[in-house]
Amino acid sequence: MKTHYQFAPLNIGRWLTWGLFALLLVVAPMVFGSGLSLTVLSQMGIAIIACLSYNILLGQGGMLSFGHAVYTGLGSFLAIHALNSVGNGSLPLPVSLVPLVGGLAGVGFAVLFGYVTTRKSGTTFAMITLGLGELVFALSLMIPEFFGGEGGVSGNRVVGKAVMGVSFGPQIQVYYLIACYTFVAVGLMFAFTRTPLGRMLNAVRDNPERVEFVGYDTQKVRYMAFIIAGFFAGISGGLAALNFEIVTAEVVGAARSGGYLLFTFLGGATFFFGPIIGGILMVLATVLLSEFTNAWLLYLGLVFLFMVMYAPGGIASLIMMNLRVAAFGRLRQLWVSYLAMTVTVLVLLAGAGAMIEMVYHMQLNTTLGSQLKFLGVTLDVKNFNSWFGSAFVMLTGLGLFEVTRRQFLVEWGDIQEYIEKEIKRRENL
Amino acid sequence: MEFFIISMLNGLSYGLLLFMLSSGLTLIFSMMGVLNFAHASFYMLGAYVGYTVAQFVGFWPALLIAPLVVGGLGALFERQCLRKVHRFGHVPELLITFGLSYVIVELVQLIWGRIAVEFRPPELLQGPAFTLINDSLKGLSLFWGTAPAELCSTADAAVRIVCSPFPATRGFMMLVAVIMLASVWLLLTRTRIGLVIQAALTHPEAVESLGHNVPRVFMLVFGAGSALAGLAGVIGGSTFLTEPAMAATVGSVIFVVVVVGGMGSLSGAFVASVLIGVIQTFAVAFDYSLITLAEQTGVPLSAAVANNSYIKLTLSQVAPILPYLFLVLILIFRPRGLLGKRES
Amino acid sequence: MTYALELKDLRKSFGKTEIIRGVNLAVNAGERVGIIGPNGAGKSTLFNLISGRFEPSSGDVLLGGQRINGKKPFEINRLGLSRSFQITNIFPKLSVFENLRCGVLWSLGYKYTFLKFLADLDDANDRADELMKMIKLDKKRDVLAINLTYAEQRALEIGITIAGGAGVILLDEPTAGMSRSETSRFINLIKEVTVGKTLLTVEHDMGVVFGLADRIAVVVYGEVLAFDTPDAVRANPRVQEAYLGSHVADAQAGSH
Repeated sequence: MKTHYQFAPLNIGRWLTWGLFALLLVVAPMVFGSGLSLTVLSQMGIAIIACLSYNILLGQGGMLSFGHAVYTGLGSFLAIHALNSVGNGSLPLPVSLVPLVGGLAGVGFAVLFGYVTTRKSGTTFAMITLGLGELVFALSLMIPEFFGGEGGVSGNRVVGKAVMGVSFGPQIQVYYLIACYTFVAVGLMFAFTRTPLGRMLNAVRDNPERVEFVGYDTQKVRYMAFIIAGFFAGISGGLAALNFEIVTAEVVGAARSGGYLLFTFLGGATFFFGPIIGGILMVLATVLLSEFTNAWLLYLGLVFLFMVMYAPGGIASLIMMNLRVAAFGRLRQLWVSYLAMTVTVLVLLAGAGAMIEMVYHMQLNTTLGSQLKFLGVTLDVKNFNSWFGSAFVMLTGLGLFEVTRRQFLVEWGDIQEYIEKEIKRRENL
Repeated sequence: MEFFIISMLNGLSYGLLLFMLSSGLTLIFSMMGVLNFAHASFYMLGAYVGYTVAQFVGFWPALLIAPLVVGGLGALFERQCLRKVHRFGHVPELLITFGLSYVIVELVQLIWGRIAVEFRPPELLQGPAFTLINDSLKGLSLFWGTAPAELCSTADAAVRIVCSPFPATRGFMMLVAVIMLASVWLLLTRTRIGLVIQAALTHPEAVESLGHNVPRVFMLVFGAGSALAGLAGVIGGSTFLTEPAMAATVGSVIFVVVVVGGMGSLSGAFVASVLIGVIQTFAVAFDYSLITLAEQTGVPLSAAVANNSYIKLTLSQVAPILPYLFLVLILIFRPRGLLGKRES
Repeated sequence: MTYALELKDLRKSFGKTEIIRGVNLAVNAGERVGIIGPNGAGKSTLFNLISGRFEPSSGDVLLGGQRINGKKPFEINRLGLSRSFQITNIFPKLSVFENLRCGVLWSLGYKYTFLKFLADLDDANDRADELMKMIKLDKKRDVLAINLTYAEQRALEIGITIAGGAGVILLDEPTAGMSRSETSRFINLIKEVTVGKTLLTVEHDMGVVFGLADRIAVVVYGEVLAFDTPDAVRANPRVQEAYLGSHVADAQAGSH
């Protein structure tokens, strides 16, 4: 069975897609109008730019970086210092252009660090980015003037004259600024994929040796892509500085770099829009999921593991594969399988979740007693029945899931065969 | 003088610990092409499992059991997960070990909590292995075990006596490291399975066509590497701190070691480990900054310069970034590492 | 006189083993040279030395009179030398058209630009189309390279090799793994697309070599035993003894 699927270009029309995207950006805060939603939407814009910039390296260039937060973070720091300079009058720059300072910072540091980093490829490259990331983070604790020490650096975005009533005080104004930058940045990064450098970057990913033999210096291609990625990373950081009005050392930390990697991969590194999904998920997970359960990082890690094993193309690839099936008219017959798998997974999650929550509760229960509520059911960590019940539910869910999964794979295989035959038939017409 | 000796020994023991970890990493990388991001997590797991087992049956059985448990988990992971992504290439392999490191850290925090646990070394290893007594009159002398109080102080004001203990845990660390490395070396070069492993290091297909079960060899090597990390964890955890952050602190350093030494070179990893171990241990002990240097050499500094935070930085404050500085310097001046093979 | 490609006392050792032991070769412009020899003789190593993948231990490689030993592969490529590989080396996740377009970009001067759109580069797109027709893959324009058949991938490999317009082409076992009929079709393709270029081909199929080459170089144990016209090489007693043997009967019986 082929491991690489063929996707015919979906001609939805360029204007339509981009128009819809712009419309979505404009209308979103009207649909989700609460304060929390606005914050979430703003953060999504920032995350989308960051993940897309990361994917220039990962998905387009095949470069696995563990230190991308260095560029978003340093962009944030420089932007907030610029903001403070605007505030005390020493920098005559409109607040709306402050993120560009972040972008320039990203470029500057990418030029500096990228020279050393892009000398190698593959696993060594990954290790170098890791080491550099740790270096910058360790430095951040040593240079309080720039990094602000423990408390970070704060700023105030309501400075300078308000233009046409826009002072960037209210969150809604910040959101629309972020939305503008997001639209332009996404557009520019998409355009990049259609330029000679962008295409040669893909070639370098696919076969670096061959690239040398068509006249291109592989290292230079990587270096330039690194700098471009650094620019957009810096823009994202600059927007974050405006949004939160405070920048602390964790923005260059390993946890954040890991987050970019995790969510870009989860969203899908092999399609352009994958990191957009990744950015959205990143904000949803960190802001909302963490409220539901203490074990959210564990769940995330497990989901990531399964994705790497069974769907390395991420959610975007899953969507595209199903769209392909739909295009050949065979999606309908899968809905039963999908439903069955979803239900069994929910059962499995209920059982596993109960057990995990009980374990967590055991650590904290000295003051709260031994009982907790989970999904409306009262569980008691001292009661064997609670444990046995949850384990039973979990194992049942697991078993049923295995059964439905195998059935699904059989059906999926049939459909893929049918599609291959159809493609061949149409080719020969 | 005694300070130098003790610090040297401390640095050496830390370097050997780093080598215990980076050697396993290098072996797995050389053989399978996988850089195991979760290696430091297995180290941490070894410490925690060792702690729990020690609470039931004591330290010495834990020293044996914990590595076995961690090794078993490593082998299981290789078989169930790593093997599946082998065909996708090296990047997915690195990604899956990255994911595993996330999961292990969370599981550890789930089961044992977020604060450090008290993993104490056994009775035998508590206290110093020996004490160096520097008597300004009588010179340097060595005293096994804890030096009694009367040897460390004197009523005579003209005589200065300094007692510097060398912790037994550190000594034990060096001992275990040396034994472990010697046995691994013997295993690889003197036994049949070792020969198979060495061959599979560079020519897995050829070895497989000779009838050896290479996937099983891979599983064994990965399991063994994890077990070694676990063993290092039991020792490291009882000597230093056992906490969820221990994987992260030592993890990035061993990756630096592997790159600085040269990817895939065991001897390079050894040199780099010892170098970094010794340098960092010394650096942490020095509270000197450029200001003290200026004072010592008699160079006058203006008030503004003396207040500059860069000048005020002491070596001990800078110590954490030294390995990474090393990394950057190596990459600029000798990109293949200290003893790495040149890529063709 | 300047040769298109000249090797002067070329030597290469890996550790203590000398693989290439003093090779002298002078190829005229427009000539077709076949390189034959037993397995392990060093033919691929020779190609790797010429194209810059390895650096020679001593000796010189001259391209149009200019020393190219010690240069990086992309520098050598820009000076007008291109090669194909024994194991197919294409861009698997790009389409046939994209593969070929990547091959022409540098030669048309587009370098590392990210300020132009690929769709607007008419000369690059036209040339890629032209190449596609030449290697007869125009029906598979948008097929991902990894999904092509083996012979199609080999054809694409040739396409990428000649895309940049290099004057000296090195083909490393281009017909490896092909059936008789595929081979003869492929050789005709090679003849068509390399008109006017200097060609060096490593081959094992005697029939192919004797039919295609103007001169043949026989490489045994890292040395050139003979470098002459096909008939002269066939009749050369040293060559017969060292290598040809039954291959001569093969060639005379089955050459196309």
